Amino acid sequence: MGSILLVLRLALRDLRRRRTEAALLLLAILAATTTLTLGLVLRDAASDPYESTRAATKGPDVVANVGRVTDLADLEKLATASGVTEHSGPYSVIAGKLEVSDRTSDVQVEGRDATIAAVDQPEVTQGSWVSDGGVVLEAAFADSLDVGVGDSVTLGGRSFKVVGVAVTAAMPPYPGASCIVSAGCINGAIPDDRDLPAGLLHNPGLVWLTQADVRSLASDRSSLSYVMNLKLANPDKAQAFVDRTGGDHGGAMPMQSWESILADATDLARDSQILLLIGAWLLGLLAVASLSVLVGGRMADQTRRVGLLKAVGGTPGLVAAVLLAEYLLVAVVAAAAGLTIGALTAPLLTESSAGLVGSAGTASLTWSTIGLVTAVALGVAVVATAVPAVRAARSSTVSALADAARPPRRTGWLITLSARLPVPLLLALRVAARRPRRVALGVVSIAITVSGNYVLMVLNAFLGDQPGTGAYTETQVAVLRHVLLVWTVILLSLAAVNAIVITWATVLDNRHASALARALGATPREVTVALATAQVLPALLGAVMGVFPGGFLLFAAINTITGGDSDKATLPVPWQLIGLVLATVLVVAALTSVPAHLGGRRPVTETL
Amino acid sequence: MSNAADTPVLRALGLRKEYGKGEGLVRAVDGVDLDVVNGETVAITGPSGCGKSTLLHLLGGLDRPSGGEVRLNGRRIDDISEKALARMRRTDVSYVFQSFHLMEELTAVENVELSALLAGRSPRAARRRAEELLDQLGLAGRSRFLPSALSGGQRQRVAVARALSNEPLVVLADEPTGNLDSAATLDVLQLFKDLHDAGQTLIIVTHDARIAATADRKFSMRDGALAGLED
Ligand SMILES: Nc1ncnc2c1ncn2[C@@H]1O[C@H](COP(=O)(O)OP(=O)(O)O)[C@@H](O)[C@H]1O
Ligand SMILES: [Mg+2]
Repeated sequence: MGSILLVLRLALRDLRRRRTEAALLLLAILAATTTLTLGLVLRDAASDPYESTRAATKGPDVVANVGRVTDLADLEKLATASGVTEHSGPYSVIAGKLEVSDRTSDVQVEGRDATIAAVDQPEVTQGSWVSDGGVVLEAAFADSLDVGVGDSVTLGGRSFKVVGVAVTAAMPPYPGASCIVSAGCINGAIPDDRDLPAGLLHNPGLVWLTQADVRSLASDRSSLSYVMNLKLANPDKAQAFVDRTGGDHGGAMPMQSWESILADATDLARDSQILLLIGAWLLGLLAVASLSVLVGGRMADQTRRVGLLKAVGGTPGLVAAVLLAEYLLVAVVAAAAGLTIGALTAPLLTESSAGLVGSAGTASLTWSTIGLVTAVALGVAVVATAVPAVRAARSSTVSALADAARPPRRTGWLITLSARLPVPLLLALRVAARRPRRVALGVVSIAITVSGNYVLMVLNAFLGDQPGTGAYTETQVAVLRHVLLVWTVILLSLAAVNAIVITWATVLDNRHASALARALGATPREVTVALATAQVLPALLGAVMGVFPGGFLLFAAINTITGGDSDKATLPVPWQLIGLVLATVLVVAALTSVPAHLGGRRPVTETL
Repeated sequence: MSNAADTPVLRALGLRKEYGKGEGLVRAVDGVDLDVVNGETVAITGPSGCGKSTLLHLLGGLDRPSGGEVRLNGRRIDDISEKALARMRRTDVSYVFQSFHLMEELTAVENVELSALLAGRSPRAARRRAEELLDQLGLAGRSRFLPSALSGGQRQRVAVARALSNEPLVVLADEPTGNLDSAATLDVLQLFKDLHDAGQTLIIVTHDARIAATADRKFSMRDGALAGLED
């Protein structure tokens, strides 16, 4: 018991003594755990969202509709067609306009029974199912209008209370709805110079009322259309059923197989999911870069500390325990915080895609995610402990004590070259040359960030063009832009953390060399500029490499994966690329200036 | 040795340095007056913690005093800017440390030329001067060695060569033999004798009676105060 207390006390004291380092370590592990949490939550939330919606809502295998009451008999016959095992409907559908506060949108209003249907029973995600006078909105549509349970909307001049929000697998979510009214629909943006034929619905939303309410909205029976949902004995043959049955009726009856709904529904979701996935990968790489700088730097430092503890009589076991306790404390805090932040941020990303795919499941932590994230954090702690502990246990106490951290590397040609340069550059190159691995990590970290940004620029420009081309609607573009934005913010934050971590590690590592240079006559300013330049030069290299080949390759990779058509994308023009590189260098210079300034001003006699 | 006509190269007047405050106040240097004339070797001895290193740091402008003044060649250096102090360290004073303080990744000659490079000499001139100095100090064959491949005595000779590379007015040495075995100590001792004979102004903090014996004047330091010693 006493020894546990001793271990904890020693660990806490060391953490307190090196607060900045401990904070940066926490930040780096936190970034890694947050990223991992985000990635896992998103993976869970986005895996087969249509499938899960279909399962939760008894999704139909085929949806058939007719536009005239005279065809209603044909529709009803489908209920007994061969291969059909279950059906719901026919339900009446009417085209209309929905008004809420200052917005108006075209809608398809489907009349439903208050009881549970055997096929296509929309899953209520908020509130309850239809009742007389109460309307239920499709989730993505409600999201886009920013309408929720309790609000009032006007439909066909009558006021209805929103009693629920629901998702369905019978139709792609707003704004990709399929058309089940005779008036016809058009989705996507419409060029300003084109007038729509009268009565055509533009980007209609889907709402549900009771059958009675729908009938009361209809001026006469001819304004009603009808829809029926079918379950087949063999869902894999849905398309064949559509071809066969539609053919029997001279192709007069529009039908949709679940496969074609799936394709429409997941089109956009797939795009945003790929964005998220690639983003998660880039973030993971950045987190690894900052972790290896910090933990690697600390490990060398700890070897000496282990020697010190051994010298004053600590057993190797005690010494390892102190180290482990230190990292465990940091790792547990980081894992908890990372899980929390990740779980809180994930909905920011999935909210949009959940609306898109009409997924019934929302982003949430699962035990496997919690376990994995905690395991990774603890794994970092154990590795960071094991290496110095084993190293110090193997080496004699004396040599562990004498081990001057990690000996700096000698890069002869850089030292010779730097002798010809002005003093700040001379010192900067030598600072960089001393730790080539860290410089490489710095370059990679910036290159990853910049290539990420490059792709974001391309995608942003691409989305900017979209309303004109009609491939995506404005709402969809807004959703994708939102995803891009969150992505950019996380990417840039992590890159900033990296830049600060790397600079701080450099400053600590160069304490002695900086003090010596000042004792030999370098000014504080020269040392500060050198420390900052040692970060900015790799940043410049990283930024250039991040544009080419980084950005080009990443964009090509995304295109290959998504099967996208790169001809449609506008690549950034040279001045934008130069701007990107310059901005990166400026930001890195700003971020590193404070630690570098502190490093350059440190009193010489405290170090020498 | 000193006579009235000699203006001191280095002069300290009522020099004080305090650390901490209240109960924990430490008077590391407590009212030191010292004149050092050109070409003179001054030795300072005293127990550990009496303020010797602090005094050297104040004399060379590595640290700022809490009170009193330091004059180098008649010019006050205790109140000038960090930048001016740095300039002064390039050409006027230089240090030799107990633990050498060589850059591990630089060869002997690169360590020596660094001071000259920082002072803005051309790479070629700096290199020539460094080779010359290493030659003079008997390290000609070792100029391409890294410090880790040199013995303690050789490392200290490299450090002395670095201290001399900009022909400073004063060399300040803080226990230069403190980390050396007796053979290496004799080696460095001879080196300081040679420097003295060549007219270099030297202030040496040392525990070693043999080094102290070569000095023109000796002081003993205790609790931050300096007292002259007679031979
Ligand atoms: N940065 C500092 N902060 C607080 N006290 C210091 C500092 N540097 C030196 N001291 C104290 O000043 C006194 C003189 O130290 P120093 O000059 O190193 O002695 P010496 O070199 O004679 O062994 C000691 O008591 C030491 O503890
Ligand atoms: Mg001392």
